[in-house]
Amino acid sequence: MIRVQREDFDIGAELEKLAAGNHQVGGVASFVGLVRDIAPKGSGVESSMTLEHYPGMTEKRLAEIDVEAQRRWPLAATIIIHRYGTLAPGDRIVLVGTASNHREAALESCAFLIDWLKTEAPFWKLEEGPAGTKWVEARASDDARKAAWKK
Amino acid sequence: MKLLYFAWLRQKIGKAEETLEVPAHVKEVGQLLDWLESLGPNYATALKERRAVKVAVNQDYVGLTHPVKAGDEVALFPPVTGG
Repeated sequence: MIRVQREDFDIGAELEKLAAGNHQVGGVASFVGLVRDIAPKGSGVESSMTLEHYPGMTEKRLAEIDVEAQRRWPLAATIIIHRYGTLAPGDRIVLVGTASNHREAALESCAFLIDWLKTEAPFWKLEEGPAGTKWVEARASDDARKAAWKK
Repeated sequence: MKLLYFAWLRQKIGKAEETLEVPAHVKEVGQLLDWLESLGPNYATALKERRAVKVAVNQDYVGLTHPVKAGDEVALFPPVTGG
């Protein structure tokens, strides 16, 4: 399931739903992405992160990435929740959860989903910190992580 | 043609979206970017570093030789940074 929303989410409730009523599920894996504080510790400066997205295409791409994970691994259920809007340090940005009969499929597909999402889903991060505002640049290491899953 | 701009492309061009009548000779994404550059200094600045400009046509990622036509939704944005 895919959700793109401004609101926060409840990790426990979302993960519980993945296996609810399905006793074939032997494991649930999850990844939670948080806003890092870019201001130096104790500087007293408030930093923030604003996430912009492309309504329509973002949901479409996430759904395609989800389908790809389901094609590669035997998954009972998946959840991807990604937030947009202005967030504070410590706030949750993204939740990826996968449920499967066995742990390998759950763990691997969870890592796959977050790696692919980073390079495929149209989101852009604007950081606001002590030095002003700055758009976060895409990292070559993220592309490399995504490419590794091509094998 | 409906044009959408995101992140710093939106800031540099100065608007989030617009609908433009594109001249007939513009048949591919690369030609569209060339033509947009000619619309003013804000477009020229935004599109100067072509490698940093990604394009989606009708919500699919495409390359510079992908065809464009009237009625398409064309989005320009920098490389994505979600997650």
